[in-house]
Amino acid sequence: MKSEKNLVLAGAAGMGIQTVESLFVNAAKQSGLFVFASREYMSRVRGGINSTAMRISSRPVRAFKERIDLLIPLSDLAIPHLKQRIRKNTIILGEKAFLNADPTVKFTSIEVPFTDMATKIGNKIYANIIALGILAYIFKVNKTIVLGLIAEQFWKKGDKIIEENQNAIEKGYEMGKKLELTNPILKNFEITKNPQIINDLILDGTQAIGLGAIAGGCNYETFYPMAPSTGIGTFLAQNALKFGIIVDQSEDEISVINKALGASFAGARSLVTTSGGGFSLMSEGISLAGIMELPIVIVVGMRPGPATGMPTRTSQEDLELILHAGAGFFPRIIFSPGTIEDAFYLTQQAFNLTQEFQVPVFILTDQYLVDSYYNLPSLDLEKLKIEKHIVKTVDNYNRYVFAVSSISPRGIPGYGNGLVNADSHTHDEQGTITEDPVLRSRMVKKRLHKLELIQKASILPEFIGNRNKYKILVVSWGSNYYLIKEALEIINREDIGFLHFKQVYPLHAMQIIQYLNKANLIIAVEQNPTGQFAELLEKETHIPIDCRILKFSGYTFSVEELVEEIIHHVDKGAR
Amino acid sequence: MNTIFDKETEIHWCPGCGNFSALRIMKESLTELNLSPKNVVIVSGIGQAGKFPHFIRSNSYNGLHGRYLSAALAIKASNPNLHVIAVSGDGCTLSEGGNHFLHTIRYNPNITNVLHNNQVYGLTKGQASPTSNLGFKTKVQTFGVINEPFNAPAIAISLNASFVARAFVGDINKSKEILKQAIQHKGYALIDLLCPCVSFNNLNTYRWYEENSYYLNSSHNYRDREQALHVALNLENLALGVIYQNDRPTYEENIQIYDNDTRPLFERDLDRKKLEKLVNSFR
Ligand SMILES: Cc1ncc(C[n+]2csc(CCOP(=O)(O)OP(=O)(O)O)c2C)c(N)n1
Ligand SMILES: [Mg+2]
Repeated sequence: MKSEKNLVLAGAAGMGIQTVESLFVNAAKQSGLFVFASREYMSRVRGGINSTAMRISSRPVRAFKERIDLLIPLSDLAIPHLKQRIRKNTIILGEKAFLNADPTVKFTSIEVPFTDMATKIGNKIYANIIALGILAYIFKVNKTIVLGLIAEQFWKKGDKIIEENQNAIEKGYEMGKKLELTNPILKNFEITKNPQIINDLILDGTQAIGLGAIAGGCNYETFYPMAPSTGIGTFLAQNALKFGIIVDQSEDEISVINKALGASFAGARSLVTTSGGGFSLMSEGISLAGIMELPIVIVVGMRPGPATGMPTRTSQEDLELILHAGAGFFPRIIFSPGTIEDAFYLTQQAFNLTQEFQVPVFILTDQYLVDSYYNLPSLDLEKLKIEKHIVKTVDNYNRYVFAVSSISPRGIPGYGNGLVNADSHTHDEQGTITEDPVLRSRMVKKRLHKLELIQKASILPEFIGNRNKYKILVVSWGSNYYLIKEALEIINREDIGFLHFKQVYPLHAMQIIQYLNKANLIIAVEQNPTGQFAELLEKETHIPIDCRILKFSGYTFSVEELVEEIIHHVDKGAR
Repeated sequence: MNTIFDKETEIHWCPGCGNFSALRIMKESLTELNLSPKNVVIVSGIGQAGKFPHFIRSNSYNGLHGRYLSAALAIKASNPNLHVIAVSGDGCTLSEGGNHFLHTIRYNPNITNVLHNNQVYGLTKGQASPTSNLGFKTKVQTFGVINEPFNAPAIAISLNASFVARAFVGDINKSKEILKQAIQHKGYALIDLLCPCVSFNNLNTYRWYEENSYYLNSSHNYRDREQALHVALNLENLALGVIYQNDRPTYEENIQIYDNDTRPLFERDLDRKKLEKLVNSFR
């Protein structure tokens, strides 16, 4: 029936685990296997212990699972590090010394002399590529595809390096064959392939956001490196000249936001990418966007805080920060993608919405999503629209004119005969400083009214389950989407429904209340210690959220963990 | 002189403030250079000097305290056809915005930076600024300023700023000549504009500036960085005129995106074919 294997590779930073991960996942997909991969890594450049988890399956897989069917340790820290996830039937393929690293852990061991084999090829660094060869054999992934990917991966390094790496694949492949003969249990790793998916895309969250930005017409990106969002800046830098994007690694996050807003004033489609700490430095700039009514898209990749926290780990701790950052009142929009597709489409859409409403639009994501990937059929580029919402100014143009819709038509300097005056003070219609109480109140109301418009246009939450039969409702946001969806598929009860929010602010309370009212028990699932989204929901709907499943260890939920937790709360709640 | 940059509005500065002359110097220089308000953007931060764009007819961006150079750089990079003039005070530029001052110089955007230097915080009523003289007493610096003054021209030269000058608002004609050169310079141009505060600085008065400054003559080689630095390091007797100039490429040139397409960013559209190709490279 359902066939799926969970494969984990673990070793020190700098050992090439990510190379194997990306080569294997691509080769598996090109052979017709569904793939999902996510990684956890330390904030170090060398050493320590990192791991990558790959799910290889005959049906779509899109969430992290704890179970390990096959582990390849590339250092003696691997088994102690993954101890909690190793079971008696977990197969561990590795060097003797690594297999014996923790005698208290029980598993099915298969010894492979990686170092010896690698040294014979020319360098012990080839251990990881030999492992890739073994995997290719065991999973019956087409060897030619792997050899081709190797050539692509190492083409810059010259023929000798390519040959040695390809040789490592061959040796690994032979070893795989040998191991299978002596360990028939490895035969179970051949999974039914589906030729329809060999042409699928494989994207991680970082790439999806980067592509979404390009598809949204982004042409100005500023950032200051900070995990987990650095990859987006890098992705755009690598595509900058092709798409005419100015990518600027600026001196600090304060300059980042102020540059992005200056650019936006001059008509650029601006993006900034950061994490909680860097975003904290941008607070005053965000309020500047609010009063100047300038378009801006802000991607915040969450990691655990406070302060430096755990740089490379995941969390959903910054919703409240993003909700409230900046002095004074002004409207904003906050999206939080649940899927790789969301990451693309929401980012694309953010660029149009920010131009339309002249308010900051946030993409609030996290390390788990930006570093996860899976195969998907395609992205719909046909329907994409790029909306500019810019007017050619006339002689007596006033930037902040009181318009019926509350949205003052946006002119930009140098386009038309008018003058464009943007101001950080409370200003009049022209953009000149004022301290007039009546004008001030009208300007505040104008911005307040935009919030109502945004609310009406908001993306409604997605309901998953049986609308007529659910009595228990799980609510969540952002990257927990597939984790919860799969957990509920396993629990398989018609009386449990799931409401997922990818727009977390503003909320369309009337629509949401209908879903909440039908449930006897509402369970929120979040990766922070207080239930920040549950609190927001309560405030907006006045409906109490009965219980919360919260995790804040810095490591993502797993499907198994959620199955257990949800059942526990359902049983307790039904008492 | 009436100019097309004149704006009918109430001006918030104190009577006798150096900013009035600075405003006249700016409006007349822009007019004499035949620039049109439509293509000029005055960018400022917060402070008495930061209110400058409200009193001149042009496009404007009155941003945050300390952050105006970042905005100015980005406006120019997004639309190189605009003339971007960045104006703000000594506190805004060198204290709150010190880091941006340093780094904007490194980028060398083609903008003009007029630093209204009154050696005090005007808007917040008389605290010391980073350029206040040692010993200058205020309500906060009760026993006088103890921190070494921030020497903006010397720092700019040491970072190889492409144009560094000093001018004094007490001399409108000479200041106009200097400002016009700065605007015409291709690259980042700093003018340390001595601009007395009549309300909160009774040390650095019009008279004090006259007595403690001199004009550079033709013997000064403003292309010689070491000579320029030597001149700039002297804060006892302030040199007026162009102190240093070089021909470094500008930021807008360096980013290459205008090499084959001179259109500003707002006129451009996404190349959908290229996007499709990029997306398909992930198959
Ligand atoms: C972030 C922030 N901090 C403090 C202030 C208050 N503030 C406004 S202007 C100013 C100093 C002004 O001094 P300067 O830049 O020299 O301008 P001047 O008034 O002398 O022209 C200060 C501290 C502010 N507006 N924003
Ligand atoms: Mg000052």
